[in-house]
Amino acid sequence: MIGFHIKKRLNTSSGETQFQFDFEIQKESFTAIYGESGAGKTSLLRMISGLMKPDDGTITYNGKVWFDQKKNIDLPTGQRKVGFVFQDYALFPNMTVLGNLKFALSKSADPVIIDSVIDITDLGELKSKMPDTLSGGQQQRVALARAIVQQPELLLLDEPLSALDTVMQQKLQDYLIKVHKEFKLTTIFVTHDITQIIKMADQVMILESGKVVKAGKPTVIFGQSLSGKFKLSGRVLDIYAEGVINIASILIGKDVIKVVISGTDPLSIGDEVVVASKAFNPIVQKVGE
Amino acid sequence: MIDWQPIILTLQLALVTTVILFFLSIPMAYKLAFTQSSLKPIFEALVSMPLVLPPTVLGFYLLLTFSPNSTIGYWLNNNFGINLAFSFEGLVVGSLIYSLPFMVQPLQAGFSKISVKLIEAAQTMGRTNWEILIRVILPNIKPSIITAVVLSFAHTIGEFGVVLMIGGNIPGETKVASIAIYDEVEAMNYGAANTYSVILFALSFLILVFIYSINKGSVKSINS
Repeated sequence: MIGFHIKKRLNTSSGETQFQFDFEIQKESFTAIYGESGAGKTSLLRMISGLMKPDDGTITYNGKVWFDQKKNIDLPTGQRKVGFVFQDYALFPNMTVLGNLKFALSKSADPVIIDSVIDITDLGELKSKMPDTLSGGQQQRVALARAIVQQPELLLLDEPLSALDTVMQQKLQDYLIKVHKEFKLTTIFVTHDITQIIKMADQVMILESGKVVKAGKPTVIFGQSLSGKFKLSGRVLDIYAEGVINIASILIGKDVIKVVISGTDPLSIGDEVVVASKAFNPIVQKVGE
Repeated sequence: MIDWQPIILTLQLALVTTVILFFLSIPMAYKLAFTQSSLKPIFEALVSMPLVLPPTVLGFYLLLTFSPNSTIGYWLNNNFGINLAFSFEGLVVGSLIYSLPFMVQPLQAGFSKISVKLIEAAQTMGRTNWEILIRVILPNIKPSIITAVVLSFAHTIGEFGVVLMIGGNIPGETKVASIAIYDEVEAMNYGAANTYSVILFALSFLILVFIYSINKGSVKSINS
């Protein structure tokens, strides 16, 4: 059990905001933090990892106190057992891929973990490459691998997939789910992409101006009460009339599918949607909070 | 044939000064780059003073300080038997101050350009500030380090006013190349003055070509 009860006054683009987070997450859960920019998502991760100091409150991890303002406890970042994957990856440009992984290994750890992480993230062929010669998706995989080598108990991901194209996002989501399970991690990731949350997270917290306004299962939170037999998340590319029916082109993964929608569906181009089917008729429903 | 001693002495002075200055400037530049203190402009101004101050002013005050009649000069002489006025050691101290901005400024610029995320990433890995400095920060500001070292070396070669004030013109001790040129001109030996000048000219030119060719290729490797 990881408990956060923290307060922080922060300057955001919309002026000074009082952030207040009170929540607990279970071990080995996959939690998504969702919210618009300026909602405090990144600041929250930074406070959990110890890179930013809350003004007040406590952070506890399995009964161990990481931060307690009243008792003046503030465990340094390096002792919190967190792995942090930064939005822009923050790979060390002077080290090879392998060098980056080795740097992340703690002195007391068994180096064998490096091999197994390289295996799982398919980095074998990139081991001796320098980070600036890699593609965005490859750099992202290295950043993820490097965080895993730290053998964190808590994995923090700051918009890990936002800089990648859709195909690459799908692949990395699979890697993320794989390492989360394989290494029994507790994962918290920040995103503003609902499809990622539905695919990966067990629970989601919605932040609005520094507070958790909703929390729960992604399918419940995003209003999907459908008990679908199959369910796919995607994005509306186009809506057009053909004869008497309306058709929506929807991008799911790298595939574009066409689905008949009713004229009354409040869909517009760019909406994130779920395509689900109870038996034979696919139903398309807008994804909303 | 000219006397090579002033050239050798100049290179010795530049080498000793650059090495000492490098180790002094790393912590100073690091502090200046990362401090949030409101006193930062004052420290930056102090470091940069030798850029705008006439070298003779600097030399004059150093001479007064080094003199056995001053408190510091007396204390050094009495306790350690060191006399900085008109000695090679004095020139080194003078050069350290004179070339300080040439070492600190490029290093500070390099430190400021390093992405904070790199440092934070290393912190989450439990690395100490020292390890982060040696293994992450310094290797990623190599062009700044080379620029700082080479500029300080070159600038020390070219100093004249400070050396003349605190070192005088003692062969093998304080008579560096720039002083030797002045000396030869005064003695109407234009040939020898010309030889020293050509050597200094060529040396300075090569050093600058070196810096510019280094920085051309490595600018993109600095992570912003």
